[in-house]
Amino acid sequence: MTCREITDILNEFVGGELAADAAAVLEAHLELCPNCRVFLVQYRRTIEIARAADAEIDAVVVPQELIDAVLAAIRTEER
Amino acid sequence: MTQSSAAARDDAALVAGFRAGQHDAFAEIVRIHGSRLLGVARRIVRDDDLAQEAVQDALVSAFRARDKFAGTSLLSTWLHRITVNAALMKLRSQKRRAEDSIDALLPTFKDDGHHREQFISWDERADTKLERAETRQMVRAAIDQLPDSYRTVLVMRDIEGMSTEETAAALGLTANAVKIRLHRARMALRTLIAPHLQEVSV
Repeated sequence: MTCREITDILNEFVGGELAADAAAVLEAHLELCPNCRVFLVQYRRTIEIARAADAEIDAVVVPQELIDAVLAAIRTEER
Repeated sequence: MTQSSAAARDDAALVAGFRAGQHDAFAEIVRIHGSRLLGVARRIVRDDDLAQEAVQDALVSAFRARDKFAGTSLLSTWLHRITVNAALMKLRSQKRRAEDSIDALLPTFKDDGHHREQFISWDERADTKLERAETRQMVRAAIDQLPDSYRTVLVMRDIEGMSTEETAAALGLTANAVKIRLHRARMALRTLIAPHLQEVSV
């Protein structure tokens, strides 16, 4: 397998969806290819980082006008 | 009583109030969940005003559909799904400009199949860096740079934790198309954040 082929199936590998034989071939490539190892580590980290960056929205307070607008719309519908 | 079980009980009381159609219970729910909902809508539409419109639409729909909230899922999960759909509708209603290609952000290969780029390891302290608001801001700005069709999939799958099937249904795509877009979106995001996280040689 080439680096290109490895890269194409990395998502399935990370998601645990790769068949055992394909995963074994991929792991054998990783043993020999430091560049793909770094890429895999960073691919995994990217997923975690995206989640962490959004886990806590920095200092976003719900605007009172949003709450008021929602309640006003609900009251209008209920009339 | 621990704080979390007290919170859970409060939550149960709020949910009961919401299902009974009480406005004050719903207002409290909006106060609790609103900022996260604004966050996810903002990630999808990339505009504060549009995000607020999307969340407003979503919350009004949620109140209207309160009978359909089965209570089998968490209220926050249910509200997030409705918000994602409202944000996607806002995005579709925008005048579409030609979407930038994602190709420039994907790995490139030599004729023999090797990566062209020599990847530089990231700083082990990237975790510590992520605790800083400015780093999280950098990551969010990078997510914002992804073309719409890739950013939406990344937000839904990796940030909102929706399944492939759920994401495919919401976007009118096949499961396989969602998988391919997610893979490309992650690789593009890696390219965008990499310069900020690489080890600095001293």
